[in-house]
Amino acid sequence: MNGDHACAEGAIAAGCSFFGGYPITPSTEIAERLARRLPEVGGVFLQMEDELGSLAVVLGASAAGARAMTATSGPGYSLMMENLGLALMLEIPCVLVDVQRGSPSTGLPTMPGQSDVMQTRWGTHGDFALAAYAPWSPQEFFDLTVLAFNVADRYRIPVVLLADEVVGHMVERVVIPPAEQIERWERKRPHRQPAEMASNETAAGPGNNGSFQPFLVEDDDLVPPMAHAGEGYTIHYTGLTHDEHGYPDMSAETHQCLVTRLIEKVQRNAAKIRRTEEYFLEDARIVVVAYGCTARSARRAVRQARQQGVPVGLLRLISIWPFPEERLRELAGQADAFVVAEMNLGQISLEVERLARRPVRGVFHAGGAMIPPEPILEAILEAAR
Amino acid sequence: MSPVIVVDQHPLDKVIRSERMPHIWCPGCGIGIAMRCYAQAILDSGIPLEKHVIVSGIGCTGRVAGYMKLDSYHTTHGRAIPFAIGLKLANPSLMVTVFSGDGDLVSIGGNHLIHAARRNMDIKVVCINNFNYGMTGGQAGPTTPKGARATTAPYGNPELPFNLPYLMAAAGANFVSRWTTIHIRQVKDDIGYVFQRRGFAFLEVLAPCPVGFGKSNNIEDGLEEMMLYRQRSVLVRDGDVRADELVIDLRENVPIYVGRFVDRDRPPYQPMQAEVRS
Repeated sequence: MNGDHACAEGAIAAGCSFFGGYPITPSTEIAERLARRLPEVGGVFLQMEDELGSLAVVLGASAAGARAMTATSGPGYSLMMENLGLALMLEIPCVLVDVQRGSPSTGLPTMPGQSDVMQTRWGTHGDFALAAYAPWSPQEFFDLTVLAFNVADRYRIPVVLLADEVVGHMVERVVIPPAEQIERWERKRPHRQPAEMASNETAAGPGNNGSFQPFLVEDDDLVPPMAHAGEGYTIHYTGLTHDEHGYPDMSAETHQCLVTRLIEKVQRNAAKIRRTEEYFLEDARIVVVAYGCTARSARRAVRQARQQGVPVGLLRLISIWPFPEERLRELAGQADAFVVAEMNLGQISLEVERLARRPVRGVFHAGGAMIPPEPILEAILEAAR
Repeated sequence: MSPVIVVDQHPLDKVIRSERMPHIWCPGCGIGIAMRCYAQAILDSGIPLEKHVIVSGIGCTGRVAGYMKLDSYHTTHGRAIPFAIGLKLANPSLMVTVFSGDGDLVSIGGNHLIHAARRNMDIKVVCINNFNYGMTGGQAGPTTPKGARATTAPYGNPELPFNLPYLMAAAGANFVSRWTTIHIRQVKDDIGYVFQRRGFAFLEVLAPCPVGFGKSNNIEDGLEEMMLYRQRSVLVRDGDVRADELVIDLRENVPIYVGRFVDRDRPPYQPMQAEVRS
């Protein structure tokens, strides 16, 4: 099956029961597949009026307890930046698939791109941190969709699947494991029943009426337990800066505390969120960094260079955000040069430059066609000279 | 000397977060009146409190969610309706009410409003219409009458406003009514009524905004606007006024038509279910 269909099947396997989205090439096959599949499993498929509403409806469904997702591409992704911020601020888990195409604006609807990487990192206003994964095959698109739901639920963050048109439309063999082999990480839930809390109400002092505090952090992972609408916890969620009760608190102290925690939450759990794959890096003096469909070409180029005796290896980013900063710094200790191949005019290369402090050769393309192995090989050989 | 009566609890404390008082609204504002009607309708509804959920957008009315002792969501500007739809579809046992202002629901959220009405989504929408953007200090919006002044329409508003009942009736809502904040019984009764009805309900509540709209349009205070409502409100019965005539202009001595304009029972949106393929 193709990557988009694999993503949809990954969502079903992960127990996704809600999709809200708007058709857009090259992600439409995800919506089409889920329009057929969700009604079979008692889930809801809703085609929304636009992408603003799409992410909003997904957040509402997730706030009521559903595993919920949307899928889009560049133009729709831009519209979703608004509610991506809401998801971060309200800590509502959700999965957002961006099957990247040639951009900016309408760009190349049917052709690939990888230029939404920095938009994912910085696109919505404010300081924030989230998780993003870039599959390089339909099988991995399936696997990462399952992981995306797990990470979103476990850490109460939005998770972005930064696929590209090549992977979305590529047809390869996809193995769907039996249901019992699908790993599931659950949301942290309140320890006490709402009735127990109500009985404490009179005993509690001012400012703490004994009710559940939806943003009170109890554990080192900085993830507050999540109560859903309709369970009796009388929760309040606001996109305004808020305290542990969820109430608006317009103070610099609360704001500093909240925004820092939201970022630290991702940093502190980064080891569990990050995924990378390494090829021939043990003795590599040249390190190639690539992700998504471009990593397929990069692997070929690295193999060819190895055959020519060049000590080169590949760091494939499976998760893009949070970035593997420590690993990059380690590699900078052993490597003389870095090559970054990506279907944009230099986005992740900036991150590599920042961390490696070594010469970085970029193999860039604005998008529209997959980068073949040849220019990557050329860059490796140049670096080796 | 009359006896001093001290009560520990106001009857509405069950549904209002009294610890959040005082509220942010200006003197003479009508939003609190409408919120009180909603609170009373909830208590009278017989529906367990934990099943009532309120969703608001941004703006003065958007703050209602934060004052209701319910599961409450204060979302992004204009997106209260899609957020509410998500809640309702993921948990159909919820009674989901969107409480927001005209700028939020009709301007930036206008697309969601008409599509939710078209789909006849089973949510209830209370739209406080104060003819301007109050939170930001009195700018013109999609309900500002033509010619009315606003901080962004210093020479008068050149645009025609939306006639909301007409719009909602055409878009497909099951229930459409309009009242003002002087019609507290009718507002409370209609909110209670739509709790018992299925499908998309839209209640427009005209509310004074003396600090935002009033100051630019020679309406001295909230009380004066309430007087205008009382003097000029005309009850529409059985469609004796055409829907396209339901436009409002507070500044002219013309009727403000109020009442229930649409009350029908079309089946609401229901997600499709499929037989599992063997």
